[in-house]
Amino acid sequence: MIELKNVTCRFGEAVAVDRINLTVETGEVCVLVGSSGCGKSTTLRMINRLLPHSAGEILVDGEDITAINPEQLRLNMGYVIQGTGLFPHWTVARNIAMVPQLLKWPREQIEERVHELLTLLELDPATHADKYPQQLSGGQAQRVGVARALAANPNILLMDEPFGALDAITRETLQLEMLRIQKEVRKTTVFVTHDIDEALKLATRIAVMDKGRIIQYDTPENILRRPASEFVENLVGKQDRGLKLISLRRVRDLMQPYPDPKPPEPGAEGLREDDSLRVALSVMLWQDCNRMPVFNASGDETGVISREQIMQEGG
Amino acid sequence: MRIWMPPALLAIVLFVLSVGMPALEPLFEWVQPDKRQVIYDRDSFLFLLQNHLVLVLISAFVSSVAAVAGGIFATRPAGRDFLPLVSQVASIGQTFPPVAVLALAVPVLGFGEAPILVALTLYGLLPILRNTLAGLEGVDQTVRQAALGMGMSPVQVLLRVELPLAGKVILAGIRTSVTINIATAAIGSTIGARTLGDPVIAGLVNGNTAYVLQGAILIGLLALTVDSLFEAIERVWDHRFLPQTEPSNLELRG
Repeated sequence: MIELKNVTCRFGEAVAVDRINLTVETGEVCVLVGSSGCGKSTTLRMINRLLPHSAGEILVDGEDITAINPEQLRLNMGYVIQGTGLFPHWTVARNIAMVPQLLKWPREQIEERVHELLTLLELDPATHADKYPQQLSGGQAQRVGVARALAANPNILLMDEPFGALDAITRETLQLEMLRIQKEVRKTTVFVTHDIDEALKLATRIAVMDKGRIIQYDTPENILRRPASEFVENLVGKQDRGLKLISLRRVRDLMQPYPDPKPPEPGAEGLREDDSLRVALSVMLWQDCNRMPVFNASGDETGVISREQIMQEGG
Repeated sequence: MRIWMPPALLAIVLFVLSVGMPALEPLFEWVQPDKRQVIYDRDSFLFLLQNHLVLVLISAFVSSVAAVAGGIFATRPAGRDFLPLVSQVASIGQTFPPVAVLALAVPVLGFGEAPILVALTLYGLLPILRNTLAGLEGVDQTVRQAALGMGMSPVQVLLRVELPLAGKVILAGIRTSVTINIATAAIGSTIGARTLGDPVIAGLVNGNTAYVLQGAILIGLLALTVDSLFEAIERVWDHRFLPQTEPSNLELRG
């Protein structure tokens, strides 16, 4: 758990972060979102003491971070930044092994862990472990960045616009990866982004920041349904709020399930349980139909969903 | 092993020539037919070579240690305030002619080896300092930030990340410095240091081109040997720390 109590950060006269309060529960993903210069990165860097806070208190699992040696504190916090910051003179394997090495793990255990993480991030250990960062694509490099942050199994993950420099398709893939990994490892995560769609997709709770203050701290659904101010309303986009709202929900939650899954008819088209309602609506509009079958991951037909249901949900 | 061949070969040629210069008497008689004496013999060439090399090595060692330490200091948070000053001194110092340093050192330190050592050390500092600053400043900020943010101590960041990444540029600075100093050390002969400049100066004074040639050839060979030695060291460094850049070989020479 991370708690910020009345935390302020000043650079000389300028106030970058102004008396913010924020509590991130264990296992939650808190996304700090806002335009550049709003203090979101500063907030993140105060948590791992890369920047000192001028006033207030920051507690990690109940302990004041100023009482902990900064290196000790950081070793227990995975850190991922934009542009990866991978060490260009080390191989992928050695990059990932960095924190375990600092913690003096035995060699076999490190090797095992590197292998495990590469597999978790869908990089083939045989082909990628001995490559150098320059030989990777942007998406692969950021996967290694995430693997490196997870290496020593920290309780906390800090991510500073990790996907900001990637192209839209790679970013989307990595966001999905992150949701998948988060389901497996359940890290307390603070994630900084300026992209509200990314925030809505990944967050358990979103903190909207402006001019060094937190304007609203709430679940994605509440941010969309009940924006606290005009600023938040503009940020989430007044006009396509409806679509954003239904993109938060999965087909699985709304469909009428069959008592027993049945094998699909040959050539039948349909939706997957993991698709968002937004995708479902889009597909139905495109194919001009009112009802669509839903398939699970193994390809069996498990239910059906209709356009009316989605419309009701969006209201 | 093959990368050590060129410096080894050059060193052998240098040694053989220093010992066997008298054997080339007929050649120098042809160059300088009007003189009775064509081989410089006030000191043995081997002695001069040795003395020359010792002067360069001592000054190179002292200036490398001092310049790298200074460069590291100026790029730490505590020394940041000095960075503009240090980098200005490093570039302005380069415009100062070595002869002027000698002229200023003699009244203070007298004649002999001492003033040339001071001049070489001071003059050798600057290329190393400049390259140390460039190398350390050239390390990607995000890399440094990541290293710190993941829990490395500042000393670990310096030793494991910054110096290995900046090393090649620093090494290039030392190479430039040593090569320049091999040439500059010869000037030491004008103020009484015993170097390979002796035959050159004696030849100029007596109008004996053969002497000048003998000194110049050995100085040139020495510079070539040392330069190719550095070439080999840089390759080994690359192999150790930046293997992914081979064989394209990023050129970062200062």
